[in-house]
Amino acid sequence: MTHRYTSWNRYPRATQRVRLQRWRFDSLPLPEEAHESALPFGNGRSYGDVCLNDGGSLIDARPLDRFIAFDQDSGLLRCEAGVLLDEILALTVPRGWFLPVTPGTRFVTVGGAIANDVHGKNHHRAGTFGCHVPAFELLRSDGSRRLCSPESHPEFYRATIGGLGLTGLITWAEIRLRRISTPLIETETQRYDTLDAFFELSAESDARFEQTVAWIDCLAGGARLGRGVFIRGNHAEISPSQPPRPSRRRVRIPVGPPFSAINPATLRLFNAAYFHGHPPGVQRDLVHYEPFFYPLDGVGDWNRIYGPRGFLQYQFVVPRTVGPDAVREILERIAQAGVGSFLAVLKVFGDPVSPGLLSFPLPGVTLALDFPNAGRKTFALLDQLDAVVRQAGGRIYPAKDARMCGEDFFARYPHWPRLDALRDPRFDSSFRRRMRGDLT
Amino acid sequence: MRKILIIGATSAIARATARRFAAAGDRLFLVARQAERLQAVADDASVRGAECVATAVMEALDDSRHAQIIEQAAEALDGLDTVLFAYGTLPDQSACEASFEQTRAAIEINLLSVISLLTILANRFESQGRGCIVVISSVAGDRGRQSNYVYGTAKGALTLFLQGLRNRLHRSGVRVITVKPGFVDTPMTASFKKGLLWVSPDTIARGILNAIDSGATVVYLPWFWRYIMLIIKAIPESLFRRLSL
Repeated sequence: MTHRYTSWNRYPRATQRVRLQRWRFDSLPLPEEAHESALPFGNGRSYGDVCLNDGGSLIDARPLDRFIAFDQDSGLLRCEAGVLLDEILALTVPRGWFLPVTPGTRFVTVGGAIANDVHGKNHHRAGTFGCHVPAFELLRSDGSRRLCSPESHPEFYRATIGGLGLTGLITWAEIRLRRISTPLIETETQRYDTLDAFFELSAESDARFEQTVAWIDCLAGGARLGRGVFIRGNHAEISPSQPPRPSRRRVRIPVGPPFSAINPATLRLFNAAYFHGHPPGVQRDLVHYEPFFYPLDGVGDWNRIYGPRGFLQYQFVVPRTVGPDAVREILERIAQAGVGSFLAVLKVFGDPVSPGLLSFPLPGVTLALDFPNAGRKTFALLDQLDAVVRQAGGRIYPAKDARMCGEDFFARYPHWPRLDALRDPRFDSSFRRRMRGDLT
Repeated sequence: MRKILIIGATSAIARATARRFAAAGDRLFLVARQAERLQAVADDASVRGAECVATAVMEALDDSRHAQIIEQAAEALDGLDTVLFAYGTLPDQSACEASFEQTRAAIEINLLSVISLLTILANRFESQGRGCIVVISSVAGDRGRQSNYVYGTAKGALTLFLQGLRNRLHRSGVRVITVKPGFVDTPMTASFKKGLLWVSPDTIARGILNAIDSGATVVYLPWFWRYIMLIIKAIPESLFRRLSL
């Protein structure tokens, strides 16, 4: 029963009792013992321990998977919080509407997307997911239900967006969708050789392209430091007579290898092959939205390739002015350590501000990395990276964290006390206890 | 576009099936006991593309209302061509052993109330000369076993009733489909430990739509249950009585 209830990187492991929330108007299935805490759980795609509650209970909200209303003219969708973004796309794309913001996987629930205030390749234009959620219902352990919006219970509205599930259970939410003419994306892909080139490309692209992101080869050091592939795109207005389709082929990692298949040798091979797989110059293409937004969703259970010890995600943001230097320093340290990341994603965030008190993005540069869990060695490297982020005035993304220290968290998320004051007294998480230094 | 009545519309299998009907643009009339849940299922079907969705709250045991509900459905949908029976309870076997009242209640809901509705529907479909009746029975009705023979009795008798009905209605062009799911992960089976043979309600829903489209008569879902039950039925009684199944 507990096996399914891990975070996506399968570290840390936690044991918790699970109860299902089957209908949105049912009361919360709380543990009988008054001292035992509960935490909402969606589809387990966050990393680290924000979705875990070791020694306590989880409220599985996936059964809340019903649509409630959809206005085809305005694009306003109301649905229950356990609906997956994948289910929304399947419903609305054929009707000409797309998610306003999407993370790199479509297998997250609406409730999870709000609780972690997720972002995507269009942050410079659209901000976070929470910017497009005009209202939702919050169910608390005392049985109270609040309609939360900027006008109604605004303090709960702001605390729950990015609130890591601690303020209560989101039962349903409204999402303002974005109109599209086709399910296709016009893309431009180009490889670039230096970190400076990335920032130039980014500055030039953000005005003309709704979606921008770069993959970087974090094993390349010296003069090639920061080299990578820049990807930008817009929703296509016109579809050709034979439009590209999503691949029907689904690969799945059936069982995890007994050790991580990601090691320095395979990484170096993959990174170099990916970089050189892109010829110099701009490659223009018209692709279906699935491979563009969700390249990894085509590989089921890809998290298993890291073996039983799992892996560690690391995503930080640093302010614009110090961004290039901080990113360079971090890439240097990773290259020196030789424990490169398989998926290193670099993106410049924009100015849109989320209503969420604990929202992660800041105007600046964000880098997302993942490392096989090699124990102390990996943790020591990440501690070094923390020091650089701290120095630069940046912060770490709680939804991807399994090991930052509470001091850094409290210092860089100054609104935390306002959120914690609105926390549901019966709700708690492994993440919150770790930040507070509580013993569990 | 089909005109479909679903009785027990808030059950897990019914909900998964209703979604598929809705996505195909069918008209739906949904019947269940609890108004709030029923409305949630109806709204979902409506957003997913059902051409129209109407509902009625009904207690299946209240057979005085059966004819009226079917009439109401035919009126709301402007005709009726498909009916799905998807309600039932899983009685506590040991409680039934201790009390005839419990056994009778289990048989009334799982067998007699269905027969009441089927009687009205069969006559209606026979006179209109077409229609498709889909009833969820169970592999539990294929052989009596100590662990759930009361439920098995209700489902086994239901299967037999459907077999006769199918035979009777064949010449009127009315189809009767008996669906026998194996282990399905639903609220009804929430307390069971789940193993490899368990499937999601949507797998059953897909099988039900295939059965409607393919002209099947008796379908085991998933298909391998046909062979599992063949083996179980083939065990001689002298041996079977010693097994703890």
